[in-house]
Amino acid sequence: MTYVVRRAEPTQPTLFEKVPAIWWAVALLLIAMPLFASNFVLFQIFGWTFILGMIALSLMFLAGYGGMVSLIQMTVGAMAGYMVAILGTSGVPTISLGWPWWLYIPVAILIAAIFGTLVGALAVRTEGIYTIMITLAIASAFFYFTRQNYGLFNGYTGFNRVIPPELFGIDWRQATPFYYLTLTCAALSYFAVVYVSRSPFGLALQGVRDNPRRMGALGFSVTAHRILAYTFSSVIAAVGGILLVWQNSQVSPGTAGIPQVIDILVIAVVGGIKRPIGPFIGALIYVLLRVYSPDVLLAFGLSGERFKLVIGLGFLVIVFFSPDGVLGLWEKYKARRAAQTDPLRGGRS
Amino acid sequence: MQSFYKRHPVWSIILLILIAGFVWLIATPWPPGLEQVLGRKRIFLNAVLSGITLGALYFLVASGFTLIFGLMRNVNLAHGSLYLLGGYIGYEVANATGYWLLAFPVVFVLVGALGLVLQHQVFRRMEGEELRQTLVTIGISVVLADIMLWIWGGQSYQVLSPDWLSGPMTLPLVTALRSNGDPVYLTYPQVRIVILVAAIIIGIAMWLVLNRSRLGMLIRAGVDDRDMLAASGVRIQYVFLAVFAFGAGMAGMAGIVGGTFQSLTPGEDTRFLLASLVVVIVGGMGSIPGAAIGALIIGLAEQLGLVYAPTYSVVFTFLIMAVVLAFRPQGLLGAGR
Repeated sequence: MTYVVRRAEPTQPTLFEKVPAIWWAVALLLIAMPLFASNFVLFQIFGWTFILGMIALSLMFLAGYGGMVSLIQMTVGAMAGYMVAILGTSGVPTISLGWPWWLYIPVAILIAAIFGTLVGALAVRTEGIYTIMITLAIASAFFYFTRQNYGLFNGYTGFNRVIPPELFGIDWRQATPFYYLTLTCAALSYFAVVYVSRSPFGLALQGVRDNPRRMGALGFSVTAHRILAYTFSSVIAAVGGILLVWQNSQVSPGTAGIPQVIDILVIAVVGGIKRPIGPFIGALIYVLLRVYSPDVLLAFGLSGERFKLVIGLGFLVIVFFSPDGVLGLWEKYKARRAAQTDPLRGGRS
Repeated sequence: MQSFYKRHPVWSIILLILIAGFVWLIATPWPPGLEQVLGRKRIFLNAVLSGITLGALYFLVASGFTLIFGLMRNVNLAHGSLYLLGGYIGYEVANATGYWLLAFPVVFVLVGALGLVLQHQVFRRMEGEELRQTLVTIGISVVLADIMLWIWGGQSYQVLSPDWLSGPMTLPLVTALRSNGDPVYLTYPQVRIVILVAAIIIGIAMWLVLNRSRLGMLIRAGVDDRDMLAASGVRIQYVFLAVFAFGAGMAGMAGIVGGTFQSLTPGEDTRFLLASLVVVIVGGMGSIPGAAIGALIIGLAEQLGLVYAPTYSVVFTFLIMAVVLAFRPQGLLGAGR
C-alpha cells in the first residue's frame, strides 16, 4: 500500500496579486480620468505633471541610482525640443527643415542623447558638488547661447507653432489625446527606469554609486557606467522635452532658463529622489502649487505674483526636515505607526 | 616660480612669449597692418581694460565663495543672492545719506550678519551633508530672490558714484599717433580704475592675512585638515563663523561695486553666482590666487569675446571651463587632492 500524500501546490502569486491593490486603483483612476475631468485638468495639470515628472524622473535615475545630481536634464529636454522645431515644422519656415515625423522625432532624441552623453562625459570627471556646479554652468551656457544665436536657434524669440504631427487622423493637442499621449510616455519611462534599475547594468550602477573603488576593483568600468547612465536618462529627458514643446507649442531659451533648470531639481527632491514614483508626486505638487497658489494667495489678500515664494518656502521646509522628500515623510510616518502598534517595541497591540 | 620653470620649461617659454606679445600689443601704437586685422587699438584697449575691471568685480564676489568652500566644504549657492542684496542695501544707504563710501561698511556689517545667521542656523545643522546644503541654499536663493523682487521690483537700479569719482581719466597708454607724431592717450572712466585698484589692494590684504597672520594660519590649517585642527583645541566653529561672515560681507560689498559700474536687476544674482562658479572651477577651489587668475581670465574672455565675436562670447567662457576641466579637473591653482 502506498499512500500518496498530496501536498498543496505552492502557488506562485500572479502578476495581478503581486502588485498592491492601491497601484491598480491609481492606474484605473488615471486611465478613466478623461471620463470626469475637465479639459483644463487633463491638459494643463496632468499633461504638465507627466511631462515635468518624466524630466525629473531622468534626474532621479541619475541621482538616486547613480549618485550624480545633474542639473542638465531640462537643457537636454529643451535641446530635443529645439531639434523638433528645427528639423520638423514650426512658425519659422526659414530655419525649419520640414522633415517627416518618423524621421525628426528619432533624430531629435538621438541628438539630445548625444548632447547629454557629452555633458555627462565632462561631468563624470567630477564628483558630488562639483557635478552640480558644472552641469549648472553648462545649462546656463546653453541658455545664453540659444538666446544669442539667431542662425540656428532663432535667438530670443525661439520657435512658435511647434505642434505634434496629425497621426491616425487625431489632433494630438486636444486635451484627451494629449493626456493619453503623456500618460503613455510617462508610464513607459517609469517602467523603463524600474526595469533598468533591476537589470545588471542598473545594479552595477548602484554599486558604483555606493563604492566606486570596489566596483573598479571588481572589473567594472566606473566611468563607462556613469556615462551610460547619462545617455539613458537623456533619452527620457528628451522625450519629456519634446512633449513639453508640443504642449506649449513653442520653444525658446526660457524653456531651459536657470529657474526652470532649478525647478526640475526642486520637483525631484520634493517628491523624493530614492524611488522612481517620487518625481511624479513632486511634479503633481509643483503643478498644483503653480496653478492654484496665485488664487490662494489672492484669497489671503496677498499678491498672486508671490507664488515663487510659496514654492521656495515649501521646498526649503521639505529639504530642511526631510531630505528624502514627501516619500521620506510618508515612510517616517509609516515607521512610527508600526512602532506604535508593535507590542515588542512598547506600543499598544 | 623657479620650480614651475624647472618642471615645465617649454610651457614657461610659451607663456612668457604670450605675455610679452600681450604687453607689446598694449604698450606700443599699432602698425597699420595689425589695425586692419584687429580693428582700432582704442577698441582693443577698452575691451582689455573692461575685462580687467570686470575680472576685479568677479574676484570680489568669487573670493568669498572660494574661501567658504575651501574651508568648510559648504557650497553656498545663495552667494549670488548675497551679492544682489548687498547691492540693493548699498543703493538705499547711498541714496538716503548721500555718502557712497558709507554704504560699504553698512553693507559689510548687514550682509555679514546674514552670513553669520546662515552659517549658525543652516550650515552647522547639516555639516558634511553636501547635497542637502546645496539644496537648502538653492531654496534660500529662490526665496531671497522673490523677496527682493517683492521689495525692489523688477526695474534696474544704478548706484550713483560720487562726484570725485565720476568722469574720465587719462591713462598713460598710447592708442594711436596723430599725423604730426603726437601720441593719443587712452581715456577711461575713473571709477573703474579706482575699483580695480581697490580690488587689487583687497586681494593683497587677503593674501597677507591668510599667509602672515594667526587667523590666516588657522584658516589655512582648516583648509588642509579640518578634523586635525579641531582636535588640537581650536574652536573651529568660531573660525567658520568668521570666514562665512567675511565671505558674505565681501559678496555684499561687491554688490555695491557691481551696482555702480553696471546695474542691479533681478537675475543678476544667478549671473554672478554662475560667474563665481566658473571662476572658482577655472581657478581652483579654495585658492585666493586661483580666484584672482580665474576672474581675470573669465573677465578678459567675456569682454574680448563681446568685442570680436559677440554671438559666441558666452561660449568662450564655457570653452575655457571645459578645457580646464578636461586637462586639470582641480582647477589651475587648485591643490591636487
